[in-house]
Amino acid sequence: MSAPVYEVFLQKPKGFYDTYERKSGDKTLMHYCPGCGHGELHKMIAESLEELGVRDRTIFLSPVGCSVFGYYYFDTGNIQCAHGRAPAVGTGAQRSRPHSIVISYQGDGDLAAIGLNEILQAANRGEKMAVFFVNNAIYGMTGGQMAPTTLPGMATTTSPLGRDVKLAGAPIRMCEMISTLEAPVYVARCALAGAKEINRTRKIVRKALETQAERKGFTFVEVLSTCPTGWGINPPDSQKFILEKMVPYFPLNIFVDKTDHEGEPYVPHPEPAPSKIHEILRLTGHEVGSFAPGAVDPRYMNPRMKIAGFGGQGVLLLGLGLAQCGMMEGRQVSWLPSYGPEMRGGTAHCHVNISEDEIGSPLVSRPTVLLSLNQPSMEKFEGQLVPGGLQVRNVSMIPAASKRTDIENLDIRASEIADKLGNPRAANMVMLGAYAGYTGMLQLETCLAALPEIVKKKTLVELNRKAVEAGYEEGKKARKA
Amino acid sequence: MAQDAGTNVKGALGLPAKRTPILIKGNDAIVKGAILAGARSYFGYPITPASEIAETASRTASSGPGISLKQEGISYCAGAELPCVIATIMRGGPGLGNIAPEQSDYNQVVRIGGHGNYRTPVYAPASGQEMCDLTMAAFETADRYRTPVMIAADGFTGQMMEPVVFPDPIPALPEKDWATRADAATRRNLISSIFLEPDELEEHNRHLQRKYKEIEEKEVRFSEYMIDGAKLVVVGYGIVSRVLRTAVHLAREEGIPVGLLRPITLFPFPKKRLEELARQAKRMITFELSNGQMIEDVRLSIHDRIPVDFYGRMGGNVPSAEECLDVIRRAAKEGGTL
Repeated sequence: MSAPVYEVFLQKPKGFYDTYERKSGDKTLMHYCPGCGHGELHKMIAESLEELGVRDRTIFLSPVGCSVFGYYYFDTGNIQCAHGRAPAVGTGAQRSRPHSIVISYQGDGDLAAIGLNEILQAANRGEKMAVFFVNNAIYGMTGGQMAPTTLPGMATTTSPLGRDVKLAGAPIRMCEMISTLEAPVYVARCALAGAKEINRTRKIVRKALETQAERKGFTFVEVLSTCPTGWGINPPDSQKFILEKMVPYFPLNIFVDKTDHEGEPYVPHPEPAPSKIHEILRLTGHEVGSFAPGAVDPRYMNPRMKIAGFGGQGVLLLGLGLAQCGMMEGRQVSWLPSYGPEMRGGTAHCHVNISEDEIGSPLVSRPTVLLSLNQPSMEKFEGQLVPGGLQVRNVSMIPAASKRTDIENLDIRASEIADKLGNPRAANMVMLGAYAGYTGMLQLETCLAALPEIVKKKTLVELNRKAVEAGYEEGKKARKA
Repeated sequence: MAQDAGTNVKGALGLPAKRTPILIKGNDAIVKGAILAGARSYFGYPITPASEIAETASRTASSGPGISLKQEGISYCAGAELPCVIATIMRGGPGLGNIAPEQSDYNQVVRIGGHGNYRTPVYAPASGQEMCDLTMAAFETADRYRTPVMIAADGFTGQMMEPVVFPDPIPALPEKDWATRADAATRRNLISSIFLEPDELEEHNRHLQRKYKEIEEKEVRFSEYMIDGAKLVVVGYGIVSRVLRTAVHLAREEGIPVGLLRPITLFPFPKKRLEELARQAKRMITFELSNGQMIEDVRLSIHDRIPVDFYGRMGGNVPSAEECLDVIRRAAKEGGTL
């Protein structure tokens, strides 16, 4: 043998670092036990990364388990993940750097126990990542406990009498489960046992990484792997154990191969110009103060309002309209929907403040104005009105009389007026107009200009405009009388 | 009240200098603020009352039960020094509780709910404007200190609509040379929270503590209302501070010398200011939508120099201004010296 041949023989794949900068031990060797499958699989991945020339764009995810130190070996970008969460981390990494090749390398405790949800969701979404699932039928790093993949009858430290499937269920076949999903493009099981299967495994690893390099979709490769230390048998017998005991339960197969199509090329999203972001997000409203407030009787100034009715009467929208108008007239406003425990009792309501000063509590517990759209609302809330407060009642829906004698009642046949205009559901806007016309707190012009801001359906703006105008006239008439 | 969370209307990008407000929900303002701060990805989970944030999408957001699930990730982010912004719109608990507003996750958020020696800066907005402004501030803080930052609001602040003036987008945050960007320049970078050697981990932890100390020195935010001459200081954050503002105003009209201190950052907590106020005041009261969690920070800040009372509501009930006023009146009377 001549020396150069010897040197070439020792050369590591370029996917690995030259030395492994761990704290202690030989920096040219991995930390795995003799006969362990991890080193072999690491090498296959590193070789493929080199052959495909994709080291620079690769992010390797180390799990929790024996391969927790994957980042000591792979000369790529590295992220060390929480137990079971690698596919979630990979989702984030791949989506924020869509040109990247993400490798999630996980053991059976990590992937099939604590991380089962993460792997299934990522597979189902078809995240563009290569998952290598190392199945050695036990928890290796922690000392050989029973895993979801432990074979029936197999003794482990937590199942010393052998796995009892009646107690612990049967081993989970991950490839078969993932094959039921629509998105994965490549699902295969292979084994690190016997020259033939090891060669086949090398090809499968290469295929998975090629699929990533071409951006074709989610790949899942389950590798049946040896754990001589955890199993308590020597390395050669460990390979036999895989072929004789594991393969019958976990058949080797290419379960899914949908890679016979063009990959999805990465086209970066153009970042919008900063000056366009406000426009895109629709962050500009009416110029404040372009709608001047009118002269208002002091007792109607700074109203703290409650608006109540049954669901479907547009109570929240009415409140929103009041707040929108107030804002357009340059005032401070707040709108709070009925919410949480307050939602009991079949009425919907909201709280609105319109104020010249900064608003303290947005919650209105003692309103100065109550808009009652139906009878239960009046019964529930009129007791809260401050003495001298104003109640606007939709008397189309409230046959009973108000019980308060120390408040002002404005009675409007809102539902009937709206019905005549074509739709009784516009009663809320009749109420808005009536309140504005009666108190002078909001200008008609403002109310009409506010409508397109709050009414989503453009076809309804016209009806609502008529409703506001009709209500405003009613309110104004009542004021004069 | 939000004077220090300014509106940043510069017009430097050719946008109109005079901005106009839009009426918008607090949760939506967080989303828009995040985008203005440069967020281009969002990973969240819809939990009422934070659902609008997930729906609008584009950071992460959730409510109590979801934040419990996120604790693992927050601890790892703190350990690996990954900047991120997490919004929690607090609801009633424990367990599934209900979807009404509470501040019962103060301990979880401020004293940290995950494992390890870490802290997270916490911003507590009280208005729609602050939902936007403090979200943007949170992004800058997260980026500057390489730390997870939390926004802790309550169901009311999330669901309430108020006028918000949106500021300019902030210029792109600096490119990260430590990130795994899947390129040649960052190929050998490692994101990890593992430090196997005790000495190494201790040094890493010391580094984190120095960072938190710097945050405590530089990032405290609070606001005050009618604090001059206050012999009674009420302390409340978020929606409670809004109710207290009204109550303090009413109490001052009755001649009670009361003022409000509102922490805007819950970590760092306005310790120094509270200590100063403890020299001027004879009594303090914390108002919280909880069983009394922030009160411990108030008492620690002032070293129990003066009595600190507590008034709390739970289950989603928010006290009215009149209710708080009664508590203030009673304290003024019982305190005798006010």
